[in-house]
Amino acid sequence: MTKQEFIAELQKQLSGLPQQEVEERLGFYSEMIDDRIEEGMTEEEAVTEIGSVADISAQIIADIPLAKLAKERIKPKRRMRAWEIVLLAAGSPLWLILLIAAFVVLLALYAVIWSVVVCIWSVFGALVGGAVGGIAGGVLLIVFGNVVSGIMLIGAGLACAGLAIFLFFGCLAATKGTAYLTAQSVLGIKKCFVRKEKEE
Amino acid sequence: MDIQLKRGLLDICVLAAIRSEDSYGYQIIKDIKPCIDMSESTLYTILKRLELAGMLTVRASEHGGRLRKYYHITDLGLKRLEEFREEWREVMSIYQFVIKEEESK
Repeated sequence: MTKQEFIAELQKQLSGLPQQEVEERLGFYSEMIDDRIEEGMTEEEAVTEIGSVADISAQIIADIPLAKLAKERIKPKRRMRAWEIVLLAAGSPLWLILLIAAFVVLLALYAVIWSVVVCIWSVFGALVGGAVGGIAGGVLLIVFGNVVSGIMLIGAGLACAGLAIFLFFGCLAATKGTAYLTAQSVLGIKKCFVRKEKEE
Repeated sequence: MDIQLKRGLLDICVLAAIRSEDSYGYQIIKDIKPCIDMSESTLYTILKRLELAGMLTVRASEHGGRLRKYYHITDLGLKRLEEFREEWREVMSIYQFVIKEEESK
């Protein structure tokens, strides 16, 4: 890949970002490539050493706050005409509510996913409770003379304890997985803002 | 390494690389390479952060028919390096203590 191709590709990948930000980044990478060439590398080698455009653009997008990306996306490319402003203001009861609704839906989705995690942890808690209660209750029954029921209750308690230990690892994995998915979806939403811009 | 700690240390590395004289991106990467392998994207983020914090200033200067950005450390940046040395003296004494405790066991 030549320097020209690298810069053009990077520009394409970053096209949804603020204009000034893009120019500054492109200038930075361009200088980095030139300095390598000046030191005796071929253009090809210099570009290879910088890394792949996909990795670089992904890191850049991850570094920029979501709010900034969204603001840039919403900002019109030209001055709005008077009738557009009027329309926007007149329509605000409609689009503002739609926007809030979209936000609330996202929030609800998020809550639903996490409540699954909370559910599994609650089952874990119930099992721990069952184990403690079963063993304690069983011991009490034996002390008061009801040996058969006591042994049965202790057995049930031990079964709960076994299930709880088993479930603990499941809970841990589910929590970690959800946290990872959440982080990934934030990155995904960011990428949407950048990608849509390119299609226009 | 703890990510917050590492970020702080990378800032210090970059400040140290421009302490004695103004330097530019590729030179900084080469200078700190024996100590840490830093990617261009990481360096960019650090330089931006240090510039916003007022620890360095940037000027573009002509070099071989193109512009190259040079980074200059400010008094605030020098102060940060001085603070780092003080802080690290404390960290080193804690480290010595930890080592001694482990050996005496």
